[in-house]
Amino acid sequence: MVTAFVRHRGRAVTLPRRDVDTDQIIPKQFLKGVERTGYGPALFYDWRYRPDGSPDPAFELNSPGAEGATILITGPNFGCGSSREHAVWALAQYGFRAIVAPSFADIFTANCYRNGLLPVRLAASEVDALIRSTEGLHEIVVDLERQVISDDRGFTAGFTADAYGRDLLLRGVDEIGRTLLEEPSIAAYERSHP
Amino acid sequence: MSRTLFDRIWDAHVVRELADGVALLYVDLHLVHEVTSPQAFAGLKREKRTVRRPERTLATVDHNVPTGERSLPIADPIAARQVEALSTNAREFGIELFDLRSPGQGIVHVIGPELGATQPGMVIVCGDSHTATHGAFGAFALGIGTSEVEHVLATQCLVLNKPRNLEARITGRRGPGVSAKDLILALIGKIGTAGATGHVIEYTGDAVRALSMEERMTVCNMSIEAGARAGMIAPDEVTYAYLEGRPRAPQGAAWTKSLEHWPMFRSDPGAHYDTQVRLDAATVGPQVTWGTTPGMVADITERIPDPAQLATAHEREAAARALEYMGLVPGTPLQGIPIDRVFLGSCTNARIEDLRAAAAIVRGRHVAARVRALVVPGSQRVKAQAEQEGLDRVFTDAGFEWRNAGCSMCLGMNADVLGPGERCAATSNRNFEGRQGRGGRTHLMSPAMAAAAAIEGHLVDVRAW
Repeated sequence: MVTAFVRHRGRAVTLPRRDVDTDQIIPKQFLKGVERTGYGPALFYDWRYRPDGSPDPAFELNSPGAEGATILITGPNFGCGSSREHAVWALAQYGFRAIVAPSFADIFTANCYRNGLLPVRLAASEVDALIRSTEGLHEIVVDLERQVISDDRGFTAGFTADAYGRDLLLRGVDEIGRTLLEEPSIAAYERSHP
Repeated sequence: MSRTLFDRIWDAHVVRELADGVALLYVDLHLVHEVTSPQAFAGLKREKRTVRRPERTLATVDHNVPTGERSLPIADPIAARQVEALSTNAREFGIELFDLRSPGQGIVHVIGPELGATQPGMVIVCGDSHTATHGAFGAFALGIGTSEVEHVLATQCLVLNKPRNLEARITGRRGPGVSAKDLILALIGKIGTAGATGHVIEYTGDAVRALSMEERMTVCNMSIEAGARAGMIAPDEVTYAYLEGRPRAPQGAAWTKSLEHWPMFRSDPGAHYDTQVRLDAATVGPQVTWGTTPGMVADITERIPDPAQLATAHEREAAARALEYMGLVPGTPLQGIPIDRVFLGSCTNARIEDLRAAAAIVRGRHVAARVRALVVPGSQRVKAQAEQEGLDRVFTDAGFEWRNAGCSMCLGMNADVLGPGERCAATSNRNFEGRQGRGGRTHLMSPAMAAAAAIEGHLVDVRAW
């Protein structure tokens, strides 16, 4: 079952890097689990923690005020690389509800929509404007129903979510349950393609 | 209306159009491995669902398995639990499993083609981004997440937005010492790591036609590193010759029928591609990555680039950060950069031709004193074939370690990892920060280039050999 996402208000943290790959989002040593939960502490592990296990104060998520942020603003091609859904689980279980970037990798995007995490694609100039506007870590609002992201300092931008993914998120649909209702079509396809 | 190869495969698999450009797509072959499947099987059990077509599903263990001694239990208890989970799930749901005791075990993208299970015109999925490999046979093969793995297990279908078509036309004659790996690295360097996002790449041109089946797999394998949903090459005589007689390939009358059917999987003359890129193979030299994405790549004769010379602030920042991580200084010639480790392996370059190419360089020589070098065949069958040809002796005589099959140091989920600051010449597909081990520094290259680097102890132009 997908966690529904209609409208979310929260604080943002900025990670100004491009090509953040899923190996960075969750390093391989955390992929050995057989559960879907418990990945939040592993998020950005090698960037968040020094080799001795202490938090690295230079990393954006460890900066004062970043705690409790639910929206991540970042650079282009976010989520590239490995298909590991653990990356999305880690982001969601850490507490993120939306990621704002100029572009996302395809598999990562598909994984987001199936886990209640909204990828918000804006033009690079809009992302920059949003970063400037959110200095001081105030709250922004992501509205999936209207497909608008805004803050109370005058920033507003429209975005276009993937139509199918938007539907999954707005209604919190059990995708498999829904596809199983297509049984007659699937069976017909199988009969015509033995 | 004229159609591309991809359009044809797509059209032939639409179970139902769900919305404009969104379809419920039928899956012919679902490959499963231990790392991205346990949560999917758990979901099925929780909802009391079954696997719709277990006979269209194949499982193997590859990502976290040890490549050393196989007669002992897996030392890592967490990895052992994951391997055991796949074994239990395969048994419960009636899925064929190539486990650690099986002579057919290996990297999922090596064994699919090896068995002849990968065939032209198919839709193939796996919870792994390098599923693009199978596109070499003229299949639409894509990596998916675990939620989608569960969806395919339950329904044998996948909901997908139709990607756009990108033609990568590679023409001209490759120079000596230039491999398929060099072509794909050069292409990624040209279009960037997001250059094909939202697209399926079809590789065309005489330089692609001239590739062997295994070389085509190397090219398609790295499509994901350019951001593509999949990569593919229209099947031809090379494809059919590779498949003929393989255990899961059609046999007898079915084979004859397939040979009549498969040639339809091609693009019509004048078919529309949304994007087109070209590469002249004759201009490509052996490639080596210098940074932390596969797009940060250069000809071996070049120097480490100066981030200050790059076009955008984002690129300058990314390159500077990459060089700091890699411990490299702008202007340094790539040739001569000392290495500590060599990894010959992965779904990109661990097939028999890759091992032969590396062995030809290594034969009669010895790995440099400073280097620890590893050969990890892509499958147990590749390993057996290599041993039959005496390649294992060539490698071990030269000081390489000769291992059992698995993903190994490509992603370092098992014990095969780089230490902090260690620099590795690798035949794998990703040079991301920490990919091969925290603090490890990866340079991607062809098997011949990696073999030459092992002997010299530093990056070297294999054409000088």
